[in-house]
Amino acid sequence: MGATVTTTEEKIWNGGNEPMGASYGKMMMWFFILSDALTFTGFLAAYGFSRFKFAESWPIADEVFNHFPFMHGHDLPMLYVALMTFILIFSSVTMVLAVDAGHHMQKSKVAFYMFLTIIGGLIFVGSQAWEWKNFIKGEYGAIETKGGSIIQFVDQDGKRIQLEKFAKTLPGDRVQHERKNGIWFTKEASLPGYSIAEVVEGFKANPNILVRTQQMYLDKNDKTGVHPTLNKEKHKTILTREESLARLNDAVHVVQGANLVRNEYGNKQFANFFFFITGFHGFHVFSGVVINFIIFLNVILGTYERRKNYEMVEKVGLYWHFVDLVWVFVFTFFYLV
Amino acid sequence: MAHAHNLAIFRGRLKFKSNEQKIWGVLIFLSIVTAIEVVLGIYKPAALMTAWISPFEGGFGATLMNMILSPFIYIIPLNLIFLVLTIVKAYYITWDFMHMRDEKSSLRRSVVWTFVFLALYIALIFLLEGGYIFDVYKSSIIKWNF
Repeated sequence: MGATVTTTEEKIWNGGNEPMGASYGKMMMWFFILSDALTFTGFLAAYGFSRFKFAESWPIADEVFNHFPFMHGHDLPMLYVALMTFILIFSSVTMVLAVDAGHHMQKSKVAFYMFLTIIGGLIFVGSQAWEWKNFIKGEYGAIETKGGSIIQFVDQDGKRIQLEKFAKTLPGDRVQHERKNGIWFTKEASLPGYSIAEVVEGFKANPNILVRTQQMYLDKNDKTGVHPTLNKEKHKTILTREESLARLNDAVHVVQGANLVRNEYGNKQFANFFFFITGFHGFHVFSGVVINFIIFLNVILGTYERRKNYEMVEKVGLYWHFVDLVWVFVFTFFYLV
Repeated sequence: MAHAHNLAIFRGRLKFKSNEQKIWGVLIFLSIVTAIEVVLGIYKPAALMTAWISPFEGGFGATLMNMILSPFIYIIPLNLIFLVLTIVKAYYITWDFMHMRDEKSSLRRSVVWTFVFLALYIALIFLLEGGYIFDVYKSSIIKWNF
């Protein structure tokens, strides 16, 4: 395209030229992607900030994201997100194939590959919804203390125990406060399945249960209040029975699952960042699917066939690959590192 | 828009006959990289869980060495491998799926370098500050984690 450079200033700056060898639309798509990438960088850097700030008490991802469809109760970390990553990379591949077919002006092939891309995107968004469902529902439940830390429960082997396995049912009269019962028109957040008294009584009745704190166990010489045999390096600290009972005196909330205020996995920021970053990414995937669908319809209607070039497919393709690119980083920073 | 595609990856060591073949080749490569990450993430080999070099202590020279060798002192090898593999994946997605390989170098540089500089800059500031606050919490007389 270098040959199109003319000496008249008018032509150079009035859009008649392609300074970077890319059309206006494609170049602007690149710069939009650049700015969007910087937005995600900001989010991930903020996530890194909080993680560095609470380096010794951040939840361990493998313990949080360990579900796989139809494999209930099994501890399978990583596999599900790896599958999601593969689905997204594969939908990227079908997108490139669509762009490639567009270069050869093969209308039906473009439509077919774009259709596959849309399906891949929908499967990914669905998988993310399933991941969120598990995250919000939680599995084991925990107790929040006065200071805002989360304490979890383990058995004699250091394995997590669900609240319902040991909590007692006490005759209680605490009922959900609803809007219609109050003088003022407010309602409270839904009550957890167990009251603090039920969990504490259940804990006292089962001498085999211990408390696991948010703190990472790093100092091998520190034995005060720490269970003598269960602790492994770079795992959450497990307390002795006496220390566990003492910690339970500070209990203020029963936490099951996750919301924007507290979560059973540990640090409050963890759930907020998870919801925000994967949510923002999921929204990108969703909008990518919508845009892909519009372009898919245009392909079918023959718009680009009449225009005699499929560059529009290439432009939405860039956006779609960008979504994949961001996921590669989210995958690393939320699940691997 | 019949672009001329650059059909070689790995600095020309692996050449493909058509663009379509190159795409499948890159997919296989990315899948292998992801598989390596997943296997390492599940098994977490003990040898990779502690930093290779412990921080130098002493005067100015030690501080300087800590800075220069910081990836090997303050990051455990496992995480370092994850970071490198992530950047490798990002490179091949951008270069081959997004056709950055076939763009003019001016476009390539104005997008990639802008991002790299700003991303490194913001990451450096945020992470240093986070580490600093961690130290404040850890060494202060205020008990916060109770």
